[in-house]
Amino acid sequence: MELINSHDHSVGPANAPLELVEYGDYECPHCGHAYPIIKEIQQRLGDELRFVFRNFPLARIHPNAFAAAVATEAAALQGKFWEMHDLIFEHQRALDNDNILLLAASLGLDAEQFETDIHKQSLSDKVETDFESGIRSGVNGTPTFFINGKKYEGEWLGSQLLEYLQKELRLEVSAGDE
Amino acid sequence: MLQEYTIAPDFELYATPDQKLRLSELRDRKVILAFYPADWSPVCGDQMSLYNEMGKYFARHNAQLIGISVDSKWSHMAFAERNRFNFPLLSDFEPKGEVARMYGAYDGKTGECRRVLYIIDEKGIIRWNYISPVGINPGADGILNALEELDNKKSINHEPVNGTHQQP
Repeated sequence: MELINSHDHSVGPANAPLELVEYGDYECPHCGHAYPIIKEIQQRLGDELRFVFRNFPLARIHPNAFAAAVATEAAALQGKFWEMHDLIFEHQRALDNDNILLLAASLGLDAEQFETDIHKQSLSDKVETDFESGIRSGVNGTPTFFINGKKYEGEWLGSQLLEYLQKELRLEVSAGDE
Repeated sequence: MLQEYTIAPDFELYATPDQKLRLSELRDRKVILAFYPADWSPVCGDQMSLYNEMGKYFARHNAQLIGISVDSKWSHMAFAERNRFNFPLLSDFEPKGEVARMYGAYDGKTGECRRVLYIIDEKGIIRWNYISPVGINPGADGILNALEELDNKKSINHEPVNGTHQQP
C-alpha cells in the first residue's frame, strides 16, 4: 500500500501504533455501514489509532460518488474535510449536487468559494490519484481496509475489526517491550 | 490454462442479442479476457464493476477488456444495462462453456467459468494469465502490471524480422 503521506487526510497521532486506511466510496452502502463502525473504533482506540480515508469511487454504478469525493476535498480547502466526510456518509442516499451544496452550507463553508473549488481540476485529480493508488494496492471493492500497510482480508462487521485491531495493538505493544 | 506465448484460440460469441464478436477482429489491440462465474453478483466489490472503472487505464495500453461467462445474451444485456458497463460481455452459452473449456477456464462442477484472466497481445499471442482462488475478486493491479511490462518490453526490444530476433 502507498504509505500515508501529506496528501492524505488523517485523524490521530502520526506515531500511533495502529494505522487504519480505508478505501471507500461515499455512495456505497457497505461503506455506509462501515462508517459508524469506524467511528466506534476511533472512540475506543483513541490515540492508539491513526485513521486515513482515501477515495475509491465506483463512479459508473454510483453516479454521485465522484462528485461527493471532490466535495470533501473542497471542504478540506476550508479546513473541514472530516466534517464533510461525516455529513456525506450520514446522507449517502441523497448526494445530488443541490444536496451537496446544502450540506456545505450547513457546515458554514463559504458557498462561493466551495462552488469554485468543486470545479477545480486539481481536486478531481486528487480523487483519481487516490483511486489509482487503490488499484495499485489491490483494492478490489469498497470498503477495503489496510492495517499498518497490510491489506485486511477479514470481516469488519460488528466488532470484528475492532477486535482485530485490539489484538494487533497487543502484539505491537509486546513486540515493543522485547 | 493456456500458457504464455501460445496462440490465443479464436472464437466468436454473442456480444449483444443480435451481434457476434470474433476475437481476431481485435488484432492490433491488446485484449484482456476476463472469464467470471456469473452475472448478478450482489456485492459492490464485483469484479466487472471494478473493471468498468478501468477503461481509461486500459486504454493507455491500447487494451480492450472483454468479460465472458456462460450466462445468456439476455442476462448479459440486463446486467450490463444495470451496471452501465462500457465493455462487451460475451455469452459462452451454446454449446455451454465451449470457449471457457478451450481456455481452461471452465469449472465442470459448478457449470460456471472460473475467475481466469488472460492478456492477449496485438498479434493474438497470450502474454499473461492468472487464475484467482474461488470467490476472490482478483482486482486490477495484476492486469496493470502485466500491461506495463508488455509495453516496456516492446520499447526495449526490436520487433522480430523474418522470424529472427535482431539484437539491439
